[in-house]
Amino acid sequence: MHSTDVVDQTQLRSDHPQFGPGDTVKVHVRVVEGNRERTQIFEGYVIARRGSGIRESFTVRKMSFGVGVERTFPLHAPTLAKIERTAVGDVRRSKLYYLRDRIGKSARVKEKRY
Amino acid sequence: MVISPEPRYRLPSAHLIYLDARTDVRQGRPQGWNRSAQPNFSLRRLRRAERSRERRPIGPIWKRKTPDMANKAIVAIKVGMTQLWDEDNRVVPVTMLQVEPCRVVQVKTDERDGYTAVQVTFGQREATKLSKPEAGHFDAAGVEPGQRLVELRLDDVSEIEVGQEFAADVLEAGEKVDVTAVSKGKGFAGVMKRHNFAGLKASHGVRGHRAPGSIGACATPSRVFKGKKMPGRMGAEKVTTLNLTVVQADAEREILLIRGSVPGPKGGVVVVRDAVKG
Repeated sequence: MHSTDVVDQTQLRSDHPQFGPGDTVKVHVRVVEGNRERTQIFEGYVIARRGSGIRESFTVRKMSFGVGVERTFPLHAPTLAKIERTAVGDVRRSKLYYLRDRIGKSARVKEKRY
Repeated sequence: MVISPEPRYRLPSAHLIYLDARTDVRQGRPQGWNRSAQPNFSLRRLRRAERSRERRPIGPIWKRKTPDMANKAIVAIKVGMTQLWDEDNRVVPVTMLQVEPCRVVQVKTDERDGYTAVQVTFGQREATKLSKPEAGHFDAAGVEPGQRLVELRLDDVSEIEVGQEFAADVLEAGEKVDVTAVSKGKGFAGVMKRHNFAGLKASHGVRGHRAPGSIGACATPSRVFKGKKMPGRMGAEKVTTLNLTVVQADAEREILLIRGSVPGPKGGVVVVRDAVKG
């Protein structure tokens, strides 16, 4: 409970699926170009979720043409059209920053088997 | 030992000192008085008091600086900070203030009090927790006792009456406001924190990394100048932040959102008034 909850509650989004570090997500981002709006998809591993309440954010890492690209999104930002979880990762820590030092096969996250 | 019933001297009333000294201001000291017999007598203070009493605006009317006065003001409690997204999906940092309806307890007018202001209260207070003077003051106004009495200086109080209530909706979104509060106390602070000094070097054998350094020259002037920035008490003073923007003013939910930060701790009383320099 925060003292500012009265204001925060109106801003929070509850339409996102559950996801955590290690999961593979597709983030649909609304992009405004001039007066046209389109949706961009950023797909990769979630390597961190940080903060709480209205300030919560998560970081997605992907390899793009051999270069690692990371994007941090505020979880409750209205620019996020949709978040899709495509795979659940099997990881043992909450921050996967070690992936930054890895290349190739070892830079993968194991998928969770039930 | 005999204790004399008469005091060693008789302290004349302030009025008498004033008259006497004024007549003799040309001689530089009051006549007929043994100055040492009067504690705290200061000719300079007396002259200053006289000047302020007689102060009138000087110069042509278009050059006179009229005092900056607000047209509307409200008392609030600081709740804390959070953020919002605006219509362009940008994050706006806001301070949330709780504005309980203010009840006017007293209206101060030029004729009676020499200045214009309204005294307001807000919230509730148990009758047993009031002092008798407070209880009498509220009783006389016929207003329910509140947490605190706050005076709001306003330019025009002709339309305000005792007992009147006003809420957050005296302000509206987009309006520029000034916010006044008592800042957080920092205690006895060093010069780096208090006056933004650069401090001394971090290494190369330097001792005292946060010290002020030299505070003056040697035999000339063989003293430290008055007003020299030194360590000391910091914070817990009245601070006004000018020209903040109102993001939302909701009387129903008793909420006022102001863009950016506001002086004082959470739970502190702040005064919000329309910007005097906006």
